Amino acid sequence: MREFLGMGGYAAFVWPAYAVTLGVALLNVVWARRALSRALTAARRRLAAGGGDA
Amino acid sequence: MTWTWFHRLGSPPHVYRLARLLTPWFAWPAGALIVVALYGGLVLAPPDYQQGDGFRIIYMHAPAAWMSLMVYTTMAVAAAVGLIWRMKVAHAVAASCAPIGASFTFAALATGSLWGQPMWGTWWEWDPRLTSELILLFLYLGYMGLRGAIEDTQRADRASAVLAVVGVVNVPIIHYSVTWWNSLHQAPSVMRLGKPTLSSAMLWPLLTMLLGFTLYFVAVLLVRLRAEILGRERSASWVREMLAT
Repeated sequence: MREFLGMGGYAAFVWPAYAVTLGVALLNVVWARRALSRALTAARRRLAAGGGDA
Repeated sequence: MTWTWFHRLGSPPHVYRLARLLTPWFAWPAGALIVVALYGGLVLAPPDYQQGDGFRIIYMHAPAAWMSLMVYTTMAVAAAVGLIWRMKVAHAVAASCAPIGASFTFAALATGSLWGQPMWGTWWEWDPRLTSELILLFLYLGYMGLRGAIEDTQRADRASAVLAVVGVVNVPIIHYSVTWWNSLHQAPSVMRLGKPTLSSAMLWPLLTMLLGFTLYFVAVLLVRLRAEILGRERSASWVREMLAT
């Protein structure tokens, strides 16, 4: 396990590279879902307020 | 052949429903492929004879770079379709692509930097490949800035679409930069004519990762697209009907 985490001496470069890319991938999922739920909330609010263009 | 399918792709409610239906079919396979590729790349693939375990950065760097180019190409094609056929949905697709592409361009630059330091001895070099990829990041940011600066959606669509289409010239420049100019960056090992130069034990996790990220992109794009369509269709009757049920 220690050998695996050590990445043959490249740990300081390999793991941050994985963290950045997978982090960006995860953030994109969060951002997209947040954008959708916000759009749905806004649309529902408009509907409740009478359906007109807010 | 009829063009019905093309016309239906211009209909926001149809695309909205289609996007909702298709998202899980892309998201779950994407997640599974990425997990398998991570195991293949980090555990099963042997260390490189020159770069040791440092080469494993390729399994993050190449997909991020692939995303930066594929997303831009998708954005430019969608923008062109929007301009030519005045298709609102196509403009919505283009607008949804930008933040995804920008963030992966950042990831490609960051992971490249993390790979360059141990292998080339430098975090950054004003090299053709690196510089053109940085310009790609500025293109994405410029596209988003332009959209944000124009209040009227139709005008924002058209202005930003022109920028996206003109900027696509940078995509082949990035891809061929390593063959056209003397670059620090290595030549392509997969996206080349003829056989890939990676051994199969190293190659399959990379191809799996590329496929996984491609499906992932479609899934994220479809979710963003629904948000974008809802924002544009504000008071359309189909939105009202959908929310009422």
